[in-house]
Amino acid sequence: MEDKKSQIWAFIVTGLMILISLIYYKVNVYYIYVVVYIWFGFAYGMMLQYGRFCFASASRDLFAAGVPRMAVGILLGLIFFSLVAAFLTASNMTTFHAGPIGIHEVIGGLIFGVGMVLSGGCASGSLYKIGEGNGTSILAILGISFGQAIFADVGGIFNKFLPKEWVNNALSQTRIPQEKITSWFDYFLVGDVFRKPKMTLDEAGFMSGFHGITKFLLSDAIINTIIPALALILIIYVFYIRKGFLKKRAKQKGGATGFGDELSGIWGMITASKRTSLMGVLIGLTAGLHIFVLKGMQIKFGIFNFGELLERMGHISDLSTNGTVFDPGYWYITTQEAQFGAWVLEKFGWNMHDNVYFGFSNGLPEPWRNPALWMSIGIIFGAMVMALLNKEFKFKVPKGELIAWGLFGGLFMGLGARIALGCNIGAFFIRVAGGDPGGWLFGIGMVGGAFIGVKFFNWWSERKMAKEMEAF
Amino acid sequence: MAMKFEKTGEGKYMLDVCGYVCPHPQIYCKKSLEKMAEGDVLEMVFDNPSSAETIVQMLDQAGHELKEKKKEGGKIIFVIEKG
Repeated sequence: MEDKKSQIWAFIVTGLMILISLIYYKVNVYYIYVVVYIWFGFAYGMMLQYGRFCFASASRDLFAAGVPRMAVGILLGLIFFSLVAAFLTASNMTTFHAGPIGIHEVIGGLIFGVGMVLSGGCASGSLYKIGEGNGTSILAILGISFGQAIFADVGGIFNKFLPKEWVNNALSQTRIPQEKITSWFDYFLVGDVFRKPKMTLDEAGFMSGFHGITKFLLSDAIINTIIPALALILIIYVFYIRKGFLKKRAKQKGGATGFGDELSGIWGMITASKRTSLMGVLIGLTAGLHIFVLKGMQIKFGIFNFGELLERMGHISDLSTNGTVFDPGYWYITTQEAQFGAWVLEKFGWNMHDNVYFGFSNGLPEPWRNPALWMSIGIIFGAMVMALLNKEFKFKVPKGELIAWGLFGGLFMGLGARIALGCNIGAFFIRVAGGDPGGWLFGIGMVGGAFIGVKFFNWWSERKMAKEMEAF
Repeated sequence: MAMKFEKTGEGKYMLDVCGYVCPHPQIYCKKSLEKMAEGDVLEMVFDNPSSAETIVQMLDQAGHELKEKKKEGGKIIFVIEKG
């Protein structure tokens, strides 16, 4: 009976998403662009939930429990995504653009990494866990949303701590209207980050002798992504699996082990959690397909940004002064949550348009016309459907310490994501697979932050168990 | 928030971390097993499906045996023998 109820709810949620899609299509054919985001979000949500795919878990479970399943899943995802991305770049069917490379990514990644361990899920992981009914993840997403919105807009006393160089750089440029440069974050963006170099590895000098698909496969996929990913898989095997595996193998064989056993050990590690590894591969391929479809939509409508379609439909107030809205063109989390937070704060009278992040770059569309926000909603509902089908949906109200961990973790993730200009998806997964070496800088910071978070939680749980538990 | 780690009999323990989300169930499972002797049995009750995948692999790697796993109305129950 309970099973049947869960299945009926899964059909209701799916039906609701289909209905929403049909309504959008009926209102205006341009909204098919939003519908594409909804359904890719839905697919990501299903895969994330089925594979228990969370970037927080990748480093946290490795450091806290010695379990590499998630780290391996992500690295497999990167490998497959990079191959698709290289073909898309070679055929000029990509929406990917490199980001600024600098120390801000390591710093942002570090803060983000601490936050994701505290809240129990990364940016994408928190969304899929909302779909499982996890109330702590709702708090984490609220922390991400409002934390980013406030951080992007606050100036005042914080501007007194601005490096002089950033202020001078911001004042001397002409691209961005001066009246939009108001917050600490604006000066950081305009005076520092926007001036940093951007590149994908195919643009490097040593690649000038290569052409066509060979160039993109060799540089962006093989050198930037596949070799480092394979090296990391090997490092994880050596440090976390090898000793225990070879000991077991030697006992079974009753003698010495060889190279074949090492290969079996690596393969065993990759296939230890089939659902995570399989979803890693599928998520990588889907992320590539997502880029391909959105590029196709942009070509079909003759646009570079969804803001152009909103303008054609007369929704001018949604747009930034640049005439755009946030439309990443690929899988992305955090900026759309920041827009949601800012949209709510505007309803309470806070002017969120007087800054670079919303006012000049990303706009503040109404949530129902925000394509990337629909992608996040799609992730939640896709995960919900998968959880319902597997009888894993259970609404859990956050209590006690989990309220603090969720909110503070979310705030840390929001702060880190703004400093690094993205989260575990936009600043790491997409950038690395797209051939941008800067993505690894965020990854290094994120893993470092997770290590700090795990050390803290180990201390905390030891203390709590000793204090509260009878048998400890 | 209430969680329980109790001795329920000779060589038998119970860990209840219902309501807790990642990473708490896996950390508490690991720490509980560290406190037990080889051959002792832990009945672990939790309701965070994402933790299950990690715990299963953690037990396998550490040489503990997952003797039973069942689902009861949104709760997951693992019976683990420390190896």
